[in-house]
Amino acid sequence: MTPHMLTRSLDRGAAIFLMVVAACGILIPLSNLLLPTGSFLQVPTYLVALWGKYVCYAILALSIDLIWGYCGILSLGHGAFFALGGYAMGMYLMRQIGTRGVYGNPILPDFMVFLNWQKLPWYWYGFDMFWFAALMVLVVPGLLAFCFGWLAFRSRVTGVYLSIITQAMTYALLLAFFRNDFGFGGNNGLTDFKDILGFNVQAEGTRAALFALSCLALIFSFLICRSVVSSKLGKVLIAIRDAESRSRFLGYRVESYKLFVFTLSACMAGVAGALYVPQVGIINPSEFAPGNSIEAVIWVAVGGRGTLVGAALGAIVVNYAKTFFTSGVLAPYWLFMLGALFILVTLLLPKGIVGTFSAWRESTRERRPAATSASAAAEDGITEPNMAE
Amino acid sequence: MPTKLSARFCSFVLSLFLIAFALPAFAGPFEDAVAKFANDDYSDTDEAIGAVASSGNKLAFPIISALQDGRLMADPDTKKVYVTGTDGKSIDAATGEPVASVPDSANAVRLNNRLRRSVDAALGSLTLQSPDLGARLQAAQSVFKSHEETALEAVESALAKESNKSAKTALGEARAAILLFKSDATEVQKLEAVATIKARGDQDALALLSDIGTDQPASVAKAATSAIGSIQNTLAVWSTVQNAWYGLSLGSVLLLAAIGLAITFGVMGVINMAHGEMVMLGAYTTFVVQEVIRTRYPTLFDYSLLIAVPLAFLVAGAIGVLIERSIIRFLYGRPLETLLATWGLSLVLQQAVRTMFGPTNREVGNPSWMSGAFELGQITITYNRLWILCFTLAVFVILLAMLRYTALGLEMRAVTQNRRMAASMGIATSRVDALTFGLGSGIAGIAGVALSQIDNVSPNLGQSYIIDSFMVVVFGGVGNLWGTLVGAFTLGIANKFLEPVAGAVLGKIAILVLIILFIQKRPRGLFALKGRAVEA
Repeated sequence: MTPHMLTRSLDRGAAIFLMVVAACGILIPLSNLLLPTGSFLQVPTYLVALWGKYVCYAILALSIDLIWGYCGILSLGHGAFFALGGYAMGMYLMRQIGTRGVYGNPILPDFMVFLNWQKLPWYWYGFDMFWFAALMVLVVPGLLAFCFGWLAFRSRVTGVYLSIITQAMTYALLLAFFRNDFGFGGNNGLTDFKDILGFNVQAEGTRAALFALSCLALIFSFLICRSVVSSKLGKVLIAIRDAESRSRFLGYRVESYKLFVFTLSACMAGVAGALYVPQVGIINPSEFAPGNSIEAVIWVAVGGRGTLVGAALGAIVVNYAKTFFTSGVLAPYWLFMLGALFILVTLLLPKGIVGTFSAWRESTRERRPAATSASAAAEDGITEPNMAE
Repeated sequence: MPTKLSARFCSFVLSLFLIAFALPAFAGPFEDAVAKFANDDYSDTDEAIGAVASSGNKLAFPIISALQDGRLMADPDTKKVYVTGTDGKSIDAATGEPVASVPDSANAVRLNNRLRRSVDAALGSLTLQSPDLGARLQAAQSVFKSHEETALEAVESALAKESNKSAKTALGEARAAILLFKSDATEVQKLEAVATIKARGDQDALALLSDIGTDQPASVAKAATSAIGSIQNTLAVWSTVQNAWYGLSLGSVLLLAAIGLAITFGVMGVINMAHGEMVMLGAYTTFVVQEVIRTRYPTLFDYSLLIAVPLAFLVAGAIGVLIERSIIRFLYGRPLETLLATWGLSLVLQQAVRTMFGPTNREVGNPSWMSGAFELGQITITYNRLWILCFTLAVFVILLAMLRYTALGLEMRAVTQNRRMAASMGIATSRVDALTFGLGSGIAGIAGVALSQIDNVSPNLGQSYIIDSFMVVVFGGVGNLWGTLVGAFTLGIANKFLEPVAGAVLGKIAILVLIILFIQKRPRGLFALKGRAVEA
């Protein structure tokens, strides 16, 4: 398998992926709004919101694939960046409620009135303006990732140690956001939203627009990831993934590369969270639960790590399966299925759906033994010092 | 008012005689006092309470407790007072003779807050001579807190008769409390009282000394101030000791949960996310053992934990070996994938237990030797926490000895230090891996037996420990059990000392943040294995 072949096949896959997403982004909202309710081709509003959720998950999966698939950083705390982006958007939406809340306070959100707070905490200032909230959606997760990564990568925390401390990070945030006096609604989180930019959040038109925006964001995220991984920078990232010390000895500043891609990934996760909140209508601390972050990693593993298209596909497939199985008679068995998915994918499909498919096509088309690509992929995982020693 | 009352107390002995010899119809001081309840006047009621309480009459206790519960009925016309029992039967309060019914004109004697305090004090002094030691101690304690002057006679007479040592101390303290607040007590008496209260040295003593007021002689006030200082110092020391004990207790739980993880992670470089579920399986094994014992051999209940420990080790250990052979063995060299696969496994195990045993908490009983508590100075130590600490240390020592002196231990250490070289020396590394994983899981299982005693046995039991266990292992360093020991106790104690300052949740967050920062400083933990191998 030559690098040329790899680029070409991925490019074709990427083109198909982008076209499908764009088509969905245009056709689904149009069908929802223009066709009469109940007609065969009309997409009901609840499905628009549901698929919008999947698209947001796909962006989160892309951000994880960028660092895990191309740089070997397994973050078990990416749900934290997602949730922080969501909270930034949620705070904007809370401020938009104004006097329509239960207590009718023009400044304070309901939960603050309920807690008998007199004054808006300083960190809520500015969230009545959309541009500020949109900026915070990028800045807050990005800044956290930057500080966290700066500390962690500089002191060369790698492998499972990094995974565990990212998990500790999201766990600490979970505990913090559960507290009422933290000022983010405690247990209940932020909900009961009314308007976004003057449009009713519940309205069909707004939902369709949010869906189209999510698809647009997915396309943009994909293009950004694509341009990062296919540039020279991306080659260095792959080198770091496969042999970190060797890259360092060759003179690359490994920490800076990792820090850049980690921060970029956190910003993308934040955007995903920000688009997720108005479509779902609530953000609460359970989004920080360590289990959510690990589940997001398995989307990437199912779709195929290091393929970008696979990550997005995996997120949509797994979440569709989750919706399908948890709503029927099979609900008690969903956790068995999810658990089995974790085990079987890591054991039998280490390259995921997309990776396995493209390897199979390579081998049949080129009539070359798949051994080279298989061994190349097997090396992907060997970055852990404990076994290499 | 005080002189009038003390005059009444001087006739205490006399009244005893009178009641012993007088005919019921004879209107003695007791009967007079009881009749005052019918005046419907708060100060008369107050006098009546004092007189009745100090009368020594056997009706005194029922009358006062009826007064407290609003069951004391008084007829303002006939000046008769009745006690309505909780069973609905009534007696004449002055004579104790049963009456058919209380007249309709009788009303419950009214109380206000001041009178309620008198009633409490009177009841306290009435039980001072109860045959039950617990009741006597409690009565002495309530007198100590209320320090009503009216109780002094009762306390002193009880003190003279008391033979139990602890009750004697309690009565002495109660007497000291009364004397300290008695306006006509001599300075010497008061100084002695301060000394007695200082010797008691707890929160109540502190509260008592803090509100003695300003009208005390200068020497007494000075002694009280210095006593307050010394009690505060003692209490600060005790609260430190208590925090340290709580910390040790939490540390032992953390150590127990993390020690198995440390072994598998240290030897195999495998993060086992299903470790918490092994703990859970151990706890459910205990539950099943207890169920069998309850239904078949109830007499063996006290030994249930002793039976559960080896069983839990076998169950969790066998499942561990099975997991290693069927899943983890194929993932060596890919630690991140192992992490995901074992996470999936933990979901499956949780759901399996939920399906078999239901999602709710299961009740696991404490054997008699593990329930209860004892006092050590100012702190209370529960037996189950103490046993868990001992058990943890025992497990730790056994494990350490096993690693040091057995052939398997030697092989495990060899594989930890250098896998390839160990393999070259003829150690069957895959067999060592399987046994190590089994051992780590088995220890998680016996941790589950211990944790079933202090935590809810539910399918989520393991999840609540898994992140903490990781923190301990990462903090302590890999491949060294001493690191895990130090890590667990450091985190436990730090947590418990932060809790009173920052609150439970903030304390925990602070610990997590501190660990994240600590990892930056020492990426391989507190006691890292030293080696010259270069990472990939």
